[in-house]
Amino acid sequence: MYTTDMTGKKTAQPVAEDPARVAAFEARVANDEFIEPKDWMPEAYRRTLIRQISQHAHSEIVGMLPEGNWITRAPNLRRKAILLAKVQDEGGHGLYLYAAAETLGVSRDEMTEALLSGKAKYSTIFNYPTLTWADIGAIGWLVDGAAIMNQVPLQRTSYGPYARAMVRICKEESFHQRQGYEIMMHLAQGTPEQKRMAQDALDRWWQPSLMMFGPPDDKSPNTEQSMRWRIKRETNDELRQKFVDITVPQAEAIGLKAPDPALKWNEARGHYDFGEVDWDEFWAVVKGDGPVAKERMQARRKAWDDGAWVREAARVHAVKRAAAKLAAE
Amino acid sequence: MSDASKEWPLWEVFVRGKGGLSHRHVGSVHAADAKMAVEHARDTYTRRMEGVSLWVVPSAQITASDPGDAAALFEPAEDKIYRHPTFYSIPDHIKHI
Ligand SMILES: [Fe+2]
Ligand SMILES: [Fe+2]
Ligand SMILES: [Fe+2]
Repeated sequence: MYTTDMTGKKTAQPVAEDPARVAAFEARVANDEFIEPKDWMPEAYRRTLIRQISQHAHSEIVGMLPEGNWITRAPNLRRKAILLAKVQDEGGHGLYLYAAAETLGVSRDEMTEALLSGKAKYSTIFNYPTLTWADIGAIGWLVDGAAIMNQVPLQRTSYGPYARAMVRICKEESFHQRQGYEIMMHLAQGTPEQKRMAQDALDRWWQPSLMMFGPPDDKSPNTEQSMRWRIKRETNDELRQKFVDITVPQAEAIGLKAPDPALKWNEARGHYDFGEVDWDEFWAVVKGDGPVAKERMQARRKAWDDGAWVREAARVHAVKRAAAKLAAE
Repeated sequence: MSDASKEWPLWEVFVRGKGGLSHRHVGSVHAADAKMAVEHARDTYTRRMEGVSLWVVPSAQITASDPGDAAALFEPAEDKIYRHPTFYSIPDHIKHI
């Protein structure tokens, strides 16, 4: 998911920290207290959070691209205004999160450079292309739906600025999911061709959406520590199951079918059973082999480079004006 | 590509939710100057009528208390419970007090 550590590495243990301080910190977190920017924290906690929050921020920013692709081709003015507002929200989500990460001592430029150089990860889901208008429906419904599932528990995460950003984000995500489902609903009730489009979009986005929750629990080495630190509150597999349980009836309600022959209600478990996710594809996309991974990064680099003169001009102008004001006083 | 000093400075953003309420801290934005900071704050933090007024303050201008001093600063208040009205027991038949 946006917030699942996809580096796959085990976080290095901190060097020589006062055990009493570490114990006091762990006790505060275990007690569901919030840690604030100026509080003492173990170096590994700080580093893990910087990675997690910035990765989430990058996901929001890169996530503007697949949907931005359809703004000029939205089928009518209503849909266009909605999609614009939605994509603008995602930009806002990126900004809330970058600001939260900055309170941990990393600069905005450092994070941007980590993204553009390929050093930082972002959610694999955004490296898939948006081929038809129905994909905009599927993204809102499934991708934002999966994001909500993951983010709601993080409103109670242990790091104050992160938790507050999550509260703000969660308030806005619900609109994203509903507008997406509404698009699917309309297509599914439309002409046979429109209904085929909706089903085709569901077919293509289903697996990538399940991958958003990250690798299976037994392949997720940092889960235990992250749960203890309250920077993750439910495991990848728990969230994935929840998502399947909620989403399958939503698909059925509009006459669509999740593309999984193994999908079946399990009365004894009280959950849907579902087929194994294609983890080889997941890891390939994590490593940069997503169908449109190169285009995504090219678009981000171009935006950054094309904006360089604007950032510089505004900065120099502000410095000059401040100097002139000082001289006049 | 850029060093940290080329970044636009950071501003803390405060929003007044509606008339009668104080401004409340909501987050921060980067901007070259105060005017741009207000514009960015507006786009970032008030897309859904969250406010009727904005304050922006250069983050560098804020002086915060040190969490290490929290005990020295705030604990003395703990044993001064006589500052609270409930400290005083007044018989029930005394009204309007
Ligand atoms: Fe978002
Ligand atoms: Fe998100
Ligand atoms: Fe969203």
